[in-house]
Amino acid sequence: MPHNTVAVVGAAETTKLGVIPDVSQIQLHADAALNAMADCGLKPKDIDGVATAGETPVQIAHYLGITPSWVDGTSVGGCSFMIHVRHAAAAIEAGLAKTILVTHGESGRSGVGRGPRPVPASSLNGQFEQPFGPMGPPSLFPIPVLRYMKTYGVTHEQIAMVSVVQREWAAKNPRATFRDPITVEDVLGSRMIAYPFRLLQCCLVTDGGGALILTSADRAKDFPTKPVYILGTGESVETPLVSQMESFTSSRAFSVAGPTAFREAGITHKDVDHLMIYDAFAHLPLYGLEDLGFVPRGEAGRFIAERNTAIGGKLPLNTNGGGLSYMHSGMYGMYALQESVRQMRGTAPAQIAGAKISVCHGVGGMFAASGTIIFSNQKP
Amino acid sequence: MPEPGRALPQPTPETKHFWDGTQAGELRLQRCDECSHTYFPPRPFCPKCASRKVSVLKASGRAILDTYVIHHRKVPGFEPPYAIAVVKLAEGPRMMTNIVECPQTPEALQLDMPLEVVFEKQNDAITLPLFRPAKG
Repeated sequence: MPHNTVAVVGAAETTKLGVIPDVSQIQLHADAALNAMADCGLKPKDIDGVATAGETPVQIAHYLGITPSWVDGTSVGGCSFMIHVRHAAAAIEAGLAKTILVTHGESGRSGVGRGPRPVPASSLNGQFEQPFGPMGPPSLFPIPVLRYMKTYGVTHEQIAMVSVVQREWAAKNPRATFRDPITVEDVLGSRMIAYPFRLLQCCLVTDGGGALILTSADRAKDFPTKPVYILGTGESVETPLVSQMESFTSSRAFSVAGPTAFREAGITHKDVDHLMIYDAFAHLPLYGLEDLGFVPRGEAGRFIAERNTAIGGKLPLNTNGGGLSYMHSGMYGMYALQESVRQMRGTAPAQIAGAKISVCHGVGGMFAASGTIIFSNQKP
Repeated sequence: MPEPGRALPQPTPETKHFWDGTQAGELRLQRCDECSHTYFPPRPFCPKCASRKVSVLKASGRAILDTYVIHHRKVPGFEPPYAIAVVKLAEGPRMMTNIVECPQTPEALQLDMPLEVVFEKQNDAITLPLFRPAKG
């Protein structure tokens, strides 16, 4: 069902981004939520739906003083917030809620008010991956990369350009953590983390949050902000074990979520003015460009190396600098959504002139899950 | 105090046959009696057709190197740099493992190289399946 009857009316990140040792994780959710409510002139009593991940909707509703009649605690990693937006749009269309708040907050770097997240030894991950020495996403997420490179003849230099180009976008964003230019040589000379990936091909680890408020398109005109409409949405999950992906050259979850959103929106790739692809690591934009059908299989490395996604290129990608340069608290999807909303409002620091449609594609876990949202600033 | 070793699995009722197998020097997979699908990780039904009629089979132990990373950070029980690999078994399924008896370098670790299983005892309860370059 096409979600052209729902709009984002409130959107904000936390007051600070980066290193925030004096704010706990739940307060990062609240800070972002308060900023989003202020953005569109709402109070907690005006919110009747709550969706969140990391914390439970119970925690967030109680902390903010909200009495919801609809909640969603889908927690499938960093794309949970894309999936929340999808579920929220469906809920508003179905009449289950009128005004839904989606929150994210994560003390990813400072670890304030956030417990350890051990992998149980009896889980599938604990039995069939952990004994072989992984230590979190930097060791697991790049597992498919060498197979992808061999299959398509993609070079280390081409993949390094993902980081280089995104740093150029970050330089235009005052809130980006890293803004100094880097070269392919800098990327390939940075400290090895998990071959073939080096430090500058891995995301940041920072603190922050963000929140969105959605309501029906009919009501959206009564708010002070420029409405950003939901044109299409998609979601899927594949496997908690990166070793058990169906293919190492494609994500099944991406291949379901992305095309589902395009079908719902009724648009083609050439209609897309702006694109966000969750980049926890440098290969994700390559998989995303191919699985969403923007380029043929194996072509994404060359597409990026030839600067098609750079400033002035035909497909601006990750214009906030991405998880590689802007910020990455752990579940980055909310920041990709925020940048899409800014681009559709016309308020992004690296604004794409005249952009009307933005595609925002997320990943959760190590290719475990995916969610895609297509936004437009054009009235349906 | 000895340094902590690598993380070890805790078998469940549905995976016990696999971990009993590695202790007995066997790599055990499961195959669906109805649709013949061979699969891993263990579960008492076929993930392709949902049949509960499945059998345990002893795999050949032959595999190829499908993909890997070479991890450069310190993890309990490992001396970096070390490869975290995924192998594709001759019977079809993939599994994560480590590659032993081989330099942990991109030059030595060539994708698609043939491998064979070896069993490395960790303690009285757990033996892990690791892989080495195939001999002959």
